[in-house]
Amino acid sequence: MQTTMSKPQSSGPEALTSEAERQIAAAWAGVKDHLPGPAPLTARREAAFRRFEAAGLPHRRVEEWKYTDLRALMRDAKPLAQPPGEIGTVRARAAGAVLAGVDVRRIVIADGVLLKEASDLADLEPGLSIGSLADALGSGDAEVTSRLGAQSPAEKDVAFALNTAFMGDGAVIRLAPGATVARPIHLVFCFTGPVPATVFTRSLVEVGAGATLTLVESHEGPDAFDYQVNTALDLVVGDGATVDHVKIGTEGSAALHVATLTAALGRDVTFRGMVFAIGGAAVRNQLFVRCDGAHTNLMLAGATLLKGRQHADATLVLDHAIGGCQSRELFKGVLDGDSRSVFQGKIVVRPDAQKTDGKMSSHALLLSETAEADHKPELEIFADDVVCGHGATAGALDEDLKFYLMARGIPRKEAETLLIQSFVGEAIDTVAHEGIREALSAAATRWLEARQ
Amino acid sequence: MSLLEIKNLQVSVEDDRQILRGVNLTVNPGEVHAIMGPNGSGKSTLAHVLSGKDGYAVTGGEVLLDGADLLAMEPDERAAAGLFLAFQYPMEIPGVATMTFLRTAMNAQRKKRGEAELSTPEFMKRVREEAAKLSIDPEMLRRPVNVGFSGGEKKRNEVLQMALLQPKLAVLDETDSGLDIDALKIAAEGVNRLRSPERGMIVITHYQRLLDHIVPDIVHVFFNGRIVRTGGKELAHELEAKGYADYEQEVAA
Repeated sequence: MQTTMSKPQSSGPEALTSEAERQIAAAWAGVKDHLPGPAPLTARREAAFRRFEAAGLPHRRVEEWKYTDLRALMRDAKPLAQPPGEIGTVRARAAGAVLAGVDVRRIVIADGVLLKEASDLADLEPGLSIGSLADALGSGDAEVTSRLGAQSPAEKDVAFALNTAFMGDGAVIRLAPGATVARPIHLVFCFTGPVPATVFTRSLVEVGAGATLTLVESHEGPDAFDYQVNTALDLVVGDGATVDHVKIGTEGSAALHVATLTAALGRDVTFRGMVFAIGGAAVRNQLFVRCDGAHTNLMLAGATLLKGRQHADATLVLDHAIGGCQSRELFKGVLDGDSRSVFQGKIVVRPDAQKTDGKMSSHALLLSETAEADHKPELEIFADDVVCGHGATAGALDEDLKFYLMARGIPRKEAETLLIQSFVGEAIDTVAHEGIREALSAAATRWLEARQ
Repeated sequence: MSLLEIKNLQVSVEDDRQILRGVNLTVNPGEVHAIMGPNGSGKSTLAHVLSGKDGYAVTGGEVLLDGADLLAMEPDERAAAGLFLAFQYPMEIPGVATMTFLRTAMNAQRKKRGEAELSTPEFMKRVREEAAKLSIDPEMLRRPVNVGFSGGEKKRNEVLQMALLQPKLAVLDETDSGLDIDALKIAAEGVNRLRSPERGMIVITHYQRLLDHIVPDIVHVFFNGRIVRTGGKELAHELEAKGYADYEQEVAA
């Protein structure tokens, strides 16, 4: 256990060559003895950091990160965020306005800290418990520590490993078997400043067998402020449960945001996931989803709207470990200016996963000559009785459709807006909750109206 | 003043091939003109150029709608000025509900003309009334524009739009194509209801069949990019009997 200590701390392994990597190593050295959690977790943190140390930040020669070179994107690593002060807390209370008007239970996580006083923790529905990760780790909650991403292939991923190494706080939500929570839970993540910093948050959501939950995350921070977010959510869904997960990315214009979702789904689960990405300078959403039980029904959607020099990456690994499941993936990107979207979708069908039915599609709408869309669909099929397919398109707005609308008196810009709305609308429409769906549509409309 | 004046209109496509070779046509309020001609004669090009579709270069001539320079306007401005093109192949627009499309179009035109937007109840009332006249199922209006519609339903949807937008000049491009006789009758009845002393129409067709149902005042024979003959409605019957062979010989000579 102590062998790692024999390495000289100052020089570091050769993989850590960039400024950002050296700063991360220095931050680790300064903080590792103060991070919460029992001994087994400390060992896992250490092991996770070693993975980073051995590989460095992911870069373009790492296949999974080919189109999002994190080492190049991170010129430096900001210092670890401090808990929000008075002004930060005021800002945090106003965050999450993207869902204003929707009746949700708000859990506020500002600068990496769950703010109980700013969260709706009263009158929890029967079967529902909500706490902070810091409390769970501090009290040595063995169930929590054992569940945190332990079984996930995501552990190999260096960005996720860094999250495991540095994680301090986040939400821990448990829903008892059979419980139904109609009011969506909204995890309001925000960065409040006052100086650019790095925020690590980690949350765990366990949904018991037959339970029903709608979970929304929103992420935001000030514009023109180069803060860095590494956030992760582990989702464990019991047999027969129904879970809707919506992640709304509205980070500030200079932010770097890396998010990992790991989901382990039981049998007969209905899971609908939506990644809505509109903010941030560079964003990576990676989803590691595993179907561990039969007859699970999965819908994963994405809607991305980018302009300027924004970069957004959605990388999905869907692992069909057991057969008889159905999965649908629909990712849509609207790209203006010099922006770039990346979709990497990998569907793995293991030898035992017969009768898997998977369909994946990604579509990009290019509004400018200089925007770029990269699609990389992958099917790894080891079973012989499956139906799996994928499709990808990238193109400009259909001029004939635009002419048809204009010939009816609709001005050019309005015609374009209508067509773009209908393009992303197909993905947004997969969100089951009406209020959340309308909030996403409204956010897309605001983005379109701000064009040009 | 004439409603529409087309004077010596000359149009090429992007590879410099000339399609329209000096079209002259005057439509007065209340008149229904038919333009008949064989495939490739330039009839549909005329419709597209009038409505402002990209991909055509006007190399000569002018077009006035109510005295205004039509060719200087964007397609949406032409629509607001009172021009309506019923498409030969109406577009399918996935994700845009027909109702949203109709309301956006009506209000965009009203806005451009300085009129107030229609209230929701007023809009719904008009759509329901006009749809009922065309035997359009209200369920169809909730579906995306033309998606999954039959050929007949698409053409009825065009006539519905025309009825709601109340244009000064309607150009019907091969409205009969792809329709069986029943669908044709419904569409034609819809068009006939819109005939009025203030409104002009240009009915473009290959066959005389449509003109049994929308009886024109004036018939033009379109050949090789221009109008080569003009007559009364009996001209349509003559063309049906004799075809366009005579004109081919004239051009060859």
